[in-house]
Amino acid sequence: MRKGVFGFPPASRSNLTRFMGRHMHQLATAGGSEKPLLALRDINMTFGGVRALKNVSFDVRPGEVHCLAGENGCGKSTLIKIITGVYRPADGASIEYDGESYSHMSPVTAQDRGIQVIWQDLALFPEMSVAENIAFQTVLGRWPKLVDYNRMRQIAKDALARLGVTLDVDLPLKEYAIAQRQIVAIARALVGEAKLVFMDEPTASLTQSETDHLLDIVRGLSASGVAVVFVSHRLAEVLEISSRITVLRDGALVGVYPAAGMTQSRITELMTGKTFDQQVRAKSRDGQPVVLDVKGLSRPSQFEDVSLTVRRGETLGITGLLGAGRTELALTLFGMLKPASGTISLEGKPVHFSSNRDAIRAGVAYLSEDRLSLGLIQPQSIADNLVISSLDKVLSGGLLSEERKRSLVARWIGDLGVKIGLQQDAISTLSGGNQQRVAIAKWLATDPKLLILDAPTVGVDVGARAGIFDIVARLAESGLAIILISDEVPEVYFNADRVLHMAQGRIVGSYDPRTSSLADIEGAVYA
Amino acid sequence: MRSFVRTHATEVSLLAVIVAISAVLSVSTANFFSLGNAFDLLNISSVNIIFAVGLLVVLIAGGIDISFAVAASVVQYGTAIALGWIGGGGWVSGLLIAGSLGILLGAINAFLIHRFRVISIVATISTFNIYFGLLMFFTKGVSIYDLPGWLTDRVILFEHEMADGTWIEITLPVLVMVLCVIATWVLITRTTTGRQLYAFGDNPEGARRFGINIGAMQFIAFGWLGLMAGIGGLIQAHYAQEVVPNALYGRELDVLAAVVLGGARLGGGKGSVLGCVLGVLLISITQNGLNLMGVSPFAFKMIVGAIILMAITLSNTRIERLLPFVSQKGAGR
Repeated sequence: MRKGVFGFPPASRSNLTRFMGRHMHQLATAGGSEKPLLALRDINMTFGGVRALKNVSFDVRPGEVHCLAGENGCGKSTLIKIITGVYRPADGASIEYDGESYSHMSPVTAQDRGIQVIWQDLALFPEMSVAENIAFQTVLGRWPKLVDYNRMRQIAKDALARLGVTLDVDLPLKEYAIAQRQIVAIARALVGEAKLVFMDEPTASLTQSETDHLLDIVRGLSASGVAVVFVSHRLAEVLEISSRITVLRDGALVGVYPAAGMTQSRITELMTGKTFDQQVRAKSRDGQPVVLDVKGLSRPSQFEDVSLTVRRGETLGITGLLGAGRTELALTLFGMLKPASGTISLEGKPVHFSSNRDAIRAGVAYLSEDRLSLGLIQPQSIADNLVISSLDKVLSGGLLSEERKRSLVARWIGDLGVKIGLQQDAISTLSGGNQQRVAIAKWLATDPKLLILDAPTVGVDVGARAGIFDIVARLAESGLAIILISDEVPEVYFNADRVLHMAQGRIVGSYDPRTSSLADIEGAVYA
Repeated sequence: MRSFVRTHATEVSLLAVIVAISAVLSVSTANFFSLGNAFDLLNISSVNIIFAVGLLVVLIAGGIDISFAVAASVVQYGTAIALGWIGGGGWVSGLLIAGSLGILLGAINAFLIHRFRVISIVATISTFNIYFGLLMFFTKGVSIYDLPGWLTDRVILFEHEMADGTWIEITLPVLVMVLCVIATWVLITRTTTGRQLYAFGDNPEGARRFGINIGAMQFIAFGWLGLMAGIGGLIQAHYAQEVVPNALYGRELDVLAAVVLGGARLGGGKGSVLGCVLGVLLISITQNGLNLMGVSPFAFKMIVGAIILMAITLSNTRIERLLPFVSQKGAGR
């Protein structure tokens, strides 16, 4: 920020209180003595000297929905890869599955024995037909055989029918949106007579109603005797769907808990070893000058008659379901889309952006919702990513100055508390939370007046989320006007001064978190 | 029909462009619209179509190959020498030798790409230079004219004199081309191996997680292209009745452009045999038409380049705007 320097060191987080070490190995006994379908004991795994898993045990009962919880890097994926045979655990491990013992699994054995994984990236083939994606197992095998397309179609239709979904199985998968692709991935897992299905962040890119549908499907699977291991960052749905929760932290088992009686904040404490007290941060900013004033902004079939103001130091939350027009509105304010009618004023002056370069020059910054593919250039270094929007500030005699770049980067890395090795390291080496901090720093380096954050916590851990919102609060205090867009209502409720609800391109509600309850807003949004 | 149009937008638009160009040429030139000319076109295009379907398989598997045309020249020399050793040989031994040599050269590319993780464009630019350098070094640029008689004799499988006095002929290259096209079509659409190639090109990591043998995929794709390059090389020698070391130099880019024109994607997972054949034919028809119209051969490359650009622009996203009924999205949307 051009005006403010942050007044306190980034490491001192007010909401970091105590370490929850005493919960280690507090094993739950809910459900009694039913014989487990899968029982892992003494699982150790080391990658280049780093112990990714330390003496982990893990049980899954037949037909249960079991949640595996933990922050990124806690060993969840490593554990899944051991169960599915991608990795081989250190000696001494015991894997008991469906009445047989193994010292390690192989991918072929795991699939043959009915263990299926739905990876977060789905591992689907977008150019191939829905039928081929679902019945892909029929084209596997070492020696060439003739392809039986009719059989594939039948298998695909049967699997989809089991899920109660109809899709055109002959269309290429790329014709379908992400929610349907997720269903295709589930249908594929069901083809191989699955007994145990792992779902890695299946709802990460789904809207609420799509998520509800998916959870219904998971319940159906469970009722038909398929055990589901569910991994998700969204703790509300974890509590809703699972019967038991296994929590991992730093590669070690924290404990196994019955979902009944659990709360989101309790799981977060167990996952991070810290407590987070979520408090409404909203304040009145009525005395401050208006930075952004939007009147009657419309873009046909995207949003209609949107009017809003954001004051200096104010954080305006915009929530609503995916497809409500939030991102299109943000892109319009950022000059990448042109409004059909309406006006945008910045600090009292009407502006007409012909491109986002104009918007950046006028002091608008936009943190894209898709950080991985749009916001950051993954193979490039942290330093290069950070200065990409403000190259004019690191020039010396018309050429890039390494010296200026280094000091600019050092300043922002320090201000935002990004944990990095070297400035020259590739951005892809950072965790989601730290990448997001770099992405924010990149925009702060352009000296914005208005910062638009579109879904800033997608793919960011619970612990790191709090850190991001601390930064947002500090930025607002230093005088920046902020628009915070998120489809997770609690995020805007706790972190914004005012909350607007957008539905079908219109602003349908305005809430003050100090006088409205979270349930009110959630009720309206998810209705 | 509508779903065919939608899933085969590239092929349909190519066909439309071919029909449009043919219509213009039929009106503006006297000889274009005749069966005789049509069969001539097939005869001329055979070698390129053989190369193209081979290259298609590599593109589908997510690779690219720059070296296949000079590899075909190497095969021509190797086969000519080997045939000398065995005392002349015949079509069967010739095709066997040429095919095996081609597969060997393709396997070298696959080995470099798989074993040393060299990206395919770099690996094949290197082998392109190595193959061509070795060829020029050992042959000193000398052509071979004393090929066995069976290889240089034209083989006419079917001929018929039309009422207007022109001849329609189906020659051996056309038969070989048709067999190569059918074999490639069977491989990539009707066998499990072919579908694995598509899957590997579409999403390599996804394919790996299914336990698909990645090395085998590379060897099959580049081996198939090598086979086609070998066969195509022999047929080209037959057609030209001589072996000239740099005769095929530069052909790789013409064929690559035709295959991409036919809807194959650099990056893998996409492409069809039909589109590939239409892509080659479109370029041949254009050159043939320009020839008949008496346009200077020096202008060919320029015009062909412009046509490729136009067709590719049309067949990408624009097709959906030009033909609105095509753009209706899937039922689930």
